[in-house]
Amino acid sequence: MPSIACNALILATVASGVVVSAPAAAQNEQFIPILSYRTGPYAVNGAPYANGVVDYYNLINERDGGINGVKILVEECETGYATDKGVECYERLKSKGPTGAAFINPLSTGITFALTEKTATDKIPIITMGYGRADSKNGAVFPYNFPLLGTYWSAADIAIQHVAKELGGFDKLKGKKISLLYHDSPYGKEPIPMLQVLAQKYGFEFTPIPVTHPGVEQKSQWLAIRQNRPDYVLVWGWGVMNSTAVKEAAAVAYPREKMIGVWWSGAEPDVTPAGDQAIGYKSLMLQHGAGKFPVHADIEKYVYAKGKGSTDSGKVGEVLYNRGVVNAMLGVEAIRKAQEKFGQKPLTGEQVRWGLENLNLSEARIKELGFDGMLKPIKISCSDHEGTRDGRVQQWDGKSWKIISDWYTADEPLIDPLVRDVSAKYAADKKAQPRECSKES
Amino acid sequence: MIALGQFLEVLIGGLMSGVLYSLVALGFVLIFKASGVFNFAQGAMVLLAGLALVRALDLLVANGFPLWAAIVLGIAFAAAIMATTAWLIERFVIGPLVNQDGLTLFMSTIGVTFVIEGAAEMIFGSDVYPLRLFPTDAWFVLEDVFPGGILVNKLDVWGALIAGILVAGLAIFFQRTKTGRALRAVADDHLAAHSVGIPIGWIWFVVWLAAGLVALVAATVWGTKLGVQFSITFLALKALPVLIIGGLTSIPGAIAGGLIVGAGEKIAEVYLGPSIGGGIEYWFAYVLALAVLLVRPQGLFGERIIERV
Repeated sequence: MPSIACNALILATVASGVVVSAPAAAQNEQFIPILSYRTGPYAVNGAPYANGVVDYYNLINERDGGINGVKILVEECETGYATDKGVECYERLKSKGPTGAAFINPLSTGITFALTEKTATDKIPIITMGYGRADSKNGAVFPYNFPLLGTYWSAADIAIQHVAKELGGFDKLKGKKISLLYHDSPYGKEPIPMLQVLAQKYGFEFTPIPVTHPGVEQKSQWLAIRQNRPDYVLVWGWGVMNSTAVKEAAAVAYPREKMIGVWWSGAEPDVTPAGDQAIGYKSLMLQHGAGKFPVHADIEKYVYAKGKGSTDSGKVGEVLYNRGVVNAMLGVEAIRKAQEKFGQKPLTGEQVRWGLENLNLSEARIKELGFDGMLKPIKISCSDHEGTRDGRVQQWDGKSWKIISDWYTADEPLIDPLVRDVSAKYAADKKAQPRECSKES
Repeated sequence: MIALGQFLEVLIGGLMSGVLYSLVALGFVLIFKASGVFNFAQGAMVLLAGLALVRALDLLVANGFPLWAAIVLGIAFAAAIMATTAWLIERFVIGPLVNQDGLTLFMSTIGVTFVIEGAAEMIFGSDVYPLRLFPTDAWFVLEDVFPGGILVNKLDVWGALIAGILVAGLAIFFQRTKTGRALRAVADDHLAAHSVGIPIGWIWFVVWLAAGLVALVAATVWGTKLGVQFSITFLALKALPVLIIGGLTSIPGAIAGGLIVGAGEKIAEVYLGPSIGGGIEYWFAYVLALAVLLVRPQGLFGERIIERV
């Protein structure tokens, strides 16, 4: 129990409502709110992600003195993964700092749905890296949404590509049964339209199976799976739902090798509670996995060595910690890009939106930032707010995640018609006039 | 024959799950039966007991203690934590609120819930902590009769055995021991009980301790099933329909209510769910509970409500 005192300290700090903040907003500080969940049923996944975000912002302040001299000022707000609390946090924090929030990252698809209209009205970008609404890839309709690195429709396509590869080709998908065990929330439902399109194209039988929040009880779902005997089960879970799914699969003797989780169902807390029962379980990777890269050496040197780390140093480099670091880096680089146009000073959300939409990280720049091996180049544009749609598959061997596939790229020509249809319907419902991306520089 | 086998599998699985809900419901019944307080904090107490046990166990094993000794000492440590909690609740919450109405006491337990949840995570951590006290694999029975057999989870069987022992022990405690009878007297009328010399403060400490120990037992089973983590507190919500159906004052009723809820929700999810979109088991249990409330407000096994007018 050596970390108990540390836990107490961290939680006591979080309970005060602020993890990292300056006493008063100075004029040369860029304010970034952090919507996180360190308590409640999803804390096991929310906390490591938030730790990665906070540590990266600290790194930029400690190592570089901020973004081109503009210090990052952050305030953390606990959402508990609840949509109402997420909206409340957003409203409380959106106007803080000298120029208001640079962007927000709610780490919840439900909160993303609730905030999409508000953020567009307030002109504050909403970064939903690897989650959120898939149709918001279309920046013409969703100018302030940025589902960077991959949407759930890309994830669904990558998962089916991997299944096809294991089976020996796309033609082998015909007649197969593929079930989706999903968190019964906007998050879990998001891949369903894409999987229906894929089922129609490749001729497999698709069965969605909902699991009620938080997912502690899944016996009936797994008994149904045992009876239906699907060839593969895709898992779209979060928090306790993931490890419970693995355990229940073991209980009904469903092979873990035939389970593929989305990238939010493939972190350490999703498998370690199941012990050896999780061996063989697979998940998608939002490009990166676990492990340490050059950026981690800097985090350890400039943040942890100074006693400013957010977590136990042993957790640095875990999957969700790394995702938080990547997410924070993309936000910082968007601000840096926007500074090229608007000057090295605190920027408004509207200005940062321009930076996000013109973000272009080459392989050389990614290496320079210390993310070489974690990320592929990413280029955002008006019509493509996702930027890149590559993923891999990893497998749990009982001790660590092992990468077992090459890179897959989601089938854009297959996904884009759905993106166009659904986003056009959104624009029509909201009576919004889509931008003409071809006319924008 | 396949359909019958599948139905039996769902039915047995549901009944077994229901027994696990009953383990949590028993804690509610115990406190209500003995003090008239509806203890909303029972789910949080399961979390606290589980965290205390698993963190002590991990520490002892890491320091070279043999597993059996670590389990014994870990359980002793968790029991001590629950005893301390019981004393604190009696001393600072329930004691000062003596003579207040039931709603006030109920509200106070909601406050206790949040304090326990926060303190437990602050002291013991908010990760998922694996606990492996019971086997979690399955038997496949009647394979000669039904293709693939009928799945019976070993953890569920352990849960059922433990629940049976708990019910028997609690029945003996309430019916045959002096303290148990004193508990019932306090529940009926604590002022009258006090006037005949029953020490109410001590009795309430005992009953909260007993509920804490029941929570510890529930935590061993649910912690093995899910890993010890915050989500265990949601079990309180699974126990509510069990209580409504079985009755707040009946220990056998908690078991019967659990069986009805478990079997009902699993059968509904598997056979009714696909036609209406699925994900119905969570609220279907409350449909069953509402149906019972309409017919028998005190629950199937609860004491009949008699009021003089």
